[in-house]
Amino acid sequence: MKPAAFKYLSPNSVEETIGLLEQYKDEAKIIAGGQSLIPLMNFRLARPEILIDINGIQSLSGIKEEEDKLIIGALTRENEAKDSLLIKENCPIFGEAISKIGHSTIRNRGTIGGSIVHCDPSAELPVVSRVLDARMRIVGPEGEKLIDAKDFFITYLTSAVEPLEILVEIEIPKLNKEWGWSFVELSRRSGDFAIVAVAVILIIDEKNVCKEARISLGGVDATPSRAEKAESYLAGKVLDEANLKAAGKLATEDIDPESDYHASAEYRESMAEVMVIKGLEKALARTKGDM
Amino acid sequence: MSEKQKITLTVNGVKYIKYVPPRKLLVDLLRDDLELLGTHAGCEHGVCGSCTILYNGKTARSCLMFAVQANGAEIMTVEGLATNGNLHPIQQSFHDLHGLQCGYCTPGMLMTAYEFLKENPSPTEEETREAMAGVLCRCTGYKQVIDSVMDAAGKMQNNRG
Repeated sequence: MKPAAFKYLSPNSVEETIGLLEQYKDEAKIIAGGQSLIPLMNFRLARPEILIDINGIQSLSGIKEEEDKLIIGALTRENEAKDSLLIKENCPIFGEAISKIGHSTIRNRGTIGGSIVHCDPSAELPVVSRVLDARMRIVGPEGEKLIDAKDFFITYLTSAVEPLEILVEIEIPKLNKEWGWSFVELSRRSGDFAIVAVAVILIIDEKNVCKEARISLGGVDATPSRAEKAESYLAGKVLDEANLKAAGKLATEDIDPESDYHASAEYRESMAEVMVIKGLEKALARTKGDM
Repeated sequence: MSEKQKITLTVNGVKYIKYVPPRKLLVDLLRDDLELLGTHAGCEHGVCGSCTILYNGKTARSCLMFAVQANGAEIMTVEGLATNGNLHPIQQSFHDLHGLQCGYCTPGMLMTAYEFLKENPSPTEEETREAMAGVLCRCTGYKQVIDSVMDAAGKMQNNRG
């Protein structure tokens, strides 16, 4: 349980990091919080020749506010973002999702960008990024680009960040105070990876008619997915019990879960339906100021 | 390739200068190089919590950090809890209420409780359970652990009061 030998480099800027990536190419691996990478290295499932530690790059940490969005530095620690007033006031669903990541000790060290770029299909931040239509700012040798969450998560542990690039920022929108939201998760114990995670944003009018529903699921496909059929079904409908139930059923049509030792595919699908209904109910209660 | 690197760090108030290969985990630096055997290496992949320490004032799993990353850091291990031979109130509560059986996870339990009670001095039992859930006890003595942390919270409140 000891990692293989590697060369350790700790650049002080993004430019320097990209220079090192260009020099060492696929021999190099970037380390941020290390809460997923170091276990892989300890098991020798990952054995990078060169480890590029970006923890010293201060410009990658912190949360900024712009008119209609928040910009989160990729190296911002999960607990720092969870406790941020900017996030509490403007995008509370993001903080709620973070609170379900591992345990507090993991969140002290784990980073927002690291969890997103790792692309674990059961992880919380990819799920909440999808429901928020977050955008990822990536810098590489050719300059920078902004990628929408829907194009960012390619498959298991594979993001749209190319080998010579680095994720530097995550942009999330501010939510309107009247919108309902929820982040619910089914796991065996608190802190475990989600069997199913569901994020919901609901926009309703004064007559309880749904203007827009956004539903994102994790743990039930190779990447976090949007329940598009359920979303379009709910638009324009009164959010009563029957319609929420129908949306739960429809949500299972957009997912393709696999079996593993945590749960069978069948169980995941069945729980996805239950959790979508739960998430919708919770989000609906928030639109009414119940929570 | 992976030649030793010089690091300077402070552990429990003592400054150390060491030369370490990059692949050395922080927990192994503490145990093998600094001979601070209080921190226990359990699962060595961040699941069990036995190796929890304070890194610049916040808990971290010392099996999920490389020693080279601790260059310039302030670290506190379980050896830093007691002062002048007197147990810290959290340690005293674990002692009084049998918050340990074999003791292997105890350093992780104590350091986790230390951070938790600093942030939340009068927690509910539910909050305590959630906060301590990240440290595994294979003797399954969780009841006494929770009782000990709650008892310590009370002791520390009184000391302050």
